[in-house]
Amino acid sequence: MYSGIFSAEALAEALECIKTEIPFAIWETFYVTIAATALAIIIGLPLGVLLVAGEKNGVAPLPSWVMTVLNVVINLLRSVPFLILMIMALPLSRLVVGTTVGTKATIVPLVVAAFPYIARLVESSIREIDPNIIEAAQSMGATPFQIIAKVMIPESVPSLINNGTIALTTILGYNAMAGILGGGGLGKIAINYGYYRYQYTTMYVAVILIVIMVIIFQTIGTKATIKCDKRLK
Amino acid sequence: MIKIEHLSKNFKVGNMDIEALNDINLEINDGDIYGIIGMSGAGKSTLVRCINMLERPTDGRIEVNGLDMGNLSDKELRAARRDITMIFQAFNLLKQRNCLKNVCFPMELDGVPKAEAEKKAKELLEIVGLPEKAKSYPAQLSGGQQQRIAIARALATNPKVLLCDEATSALDPKTTHQILKLLKEINQKMGITIVIITHQMSVVQEACNRVAILDGGRVVEEGNVSEVFSNPKSDAAKRLVMPDGERYQKWLGASSERRLRVVFQNVQNIEKPLVASMAVEAGVIATVLSADIQKLVGDKAGTMLLGVSDEQFDSAMKYLKTYEGITVKEVEDFV
Repeated sequence: MYSGIFSAEALAEALECIKTEIPFAIWETFYVTIAATALAIIIGLPLGVLLVAGEKNGVAPLPSWVMTVLNVVINLLRSVPFLILMIMALPLSRLVVGTTVGTKATIVPLVVAAFPYIARLVESSIREIDPNIIEAAQSMGATPFQIIAKVMIPESVPSLINNGTIALTTILGYNAMAGILGGGGLGKIAINYGYYRYQYTTMYVAVILIVIMVIIFQTIGTKATIKCDKRLK
Repeated sequence: MIKIEHLSKNFKVGNMDIEALNDINLEINDGDIYGIIGMSGAGKSTLVRCINMLERPTDGRIEVNGLDMGNLSDKELRAARRDITMIFQAFNLLKQRNCLKNVCFPMELDGVPKAEAEKKAKELLEIVGLPEKAKSYPAQLSGGQQQRIAIARALATNPKVLLCDEATSALDPKTTHQILKLLKEINQKMGITIVIITHQMSVVQEACNRVAILDGGRVVEEGNVSEVFSNPKSDAAKRLVMPDGERYQKWLGASSERRLRVVFQNVQNIEKPLVASMAVEAGVIATVLSADIQKLVGDKAGTMLLGVSDEQFDSAMKYLKTYEGITVKEVEDFV
């Protein structure tokens, strides 16, 4: 299948695609990834904080059945493979955005797949905080909400940015998979040209662009993590 | 005034009930620097956490400045905690905030306007001697400097009581001395009652006026530091006053000498060399088994353990009883 990927004909096809479809596909991939990550953070961050704060010995203990339900839901959503979860989320897409195909429609299953993942990442970030620091805040008369808003979250910002970057790159990968089920972006181009039309050269162009995007996101994320961590200076 | 009455605290570990504190009764007066000393596991950290209800007592009552701490609502307890602040062995500063913001933190919790809080925080940084570190982050500071910032933070809400949980245990002797000096200044200038939890006798001797000795979850001895120091009664107190004593006792066991413990009330006032004078004036030959000088809050005090043969014992006692500036008593063991 790799013979002739550098043939004049294949290169011409790829160049044509780069000129016509790729720029918009890059944009689609970019905005779907960012939008899905942002929405997943809005849902996942509070849940991740609750997973730690709501524990029996946490700063704001919740009834144990609430914690059980929360954990079961997160574990369930985390264990369904993304492609299958996407199909399962189709009715939800129709409900929220009115359609099951297209770029916008893929944001819904992406958020459903990503928020439990982000909740777990946030949980691990929050758990890294030294419990003595939380005790110190309690000794100063901080309310549970103040401990969450002024100690737990600000103290774990570097770790949250680091984990946020991991989530962002994972969602970018999910987004490429969404191309199979009618989602737009670079994933769709790779699948359409590579799988359906055997134009491997074009597929590689799309894949390389995805890799470059991952590298860019990761580099920015790592730099931001280091820059905002005041423990390293 | 802090009143601790019949305080007990049990922890459940699996099916076992571990008794951390057992019927503790203490009174700490306003303006005291009160030492609570004990070996690891004696329950001292639990005791100090019961004072501000970070640990809920299993039984007993704690009263701070007339407030029954166990019966406060969550809101009242948070308000009370602004009057009873705390510093820690690990400093526990917020690592993502600079020092000025760390000192502002308790005022921020209390809803003090930002400009006012920063002004107060700058004053407090002056008091602890680190005004130039306002914009530095905790990770850039040494241990002693971090503890100073923690002290400034603890003073931000104008507390009446400052609890120090092993606050100098992570510091070297010189830095420990500086931190204790700062705590004494704060006690004298601001009239804040200070409770110091420590396992180091030297800390109690240098800073405290009263002390309680905790052993196995009980208070085994309590009183003025100079009294407890010069005349320790309990085994735990003896171990703390003379940490090397048990080593002496091993080889003392073989000797037929009788032992005298001499306590010098004020080393500076003693003009005659004691052992030599006793040899010349009373003809008693004594061996110095151990000797030590410790600085107590008021003055310097020394202790000496002398070995005297059985036949010379009475003349030694007679001579030493008339010697000025010391007290003497026969001891069975090492203290």
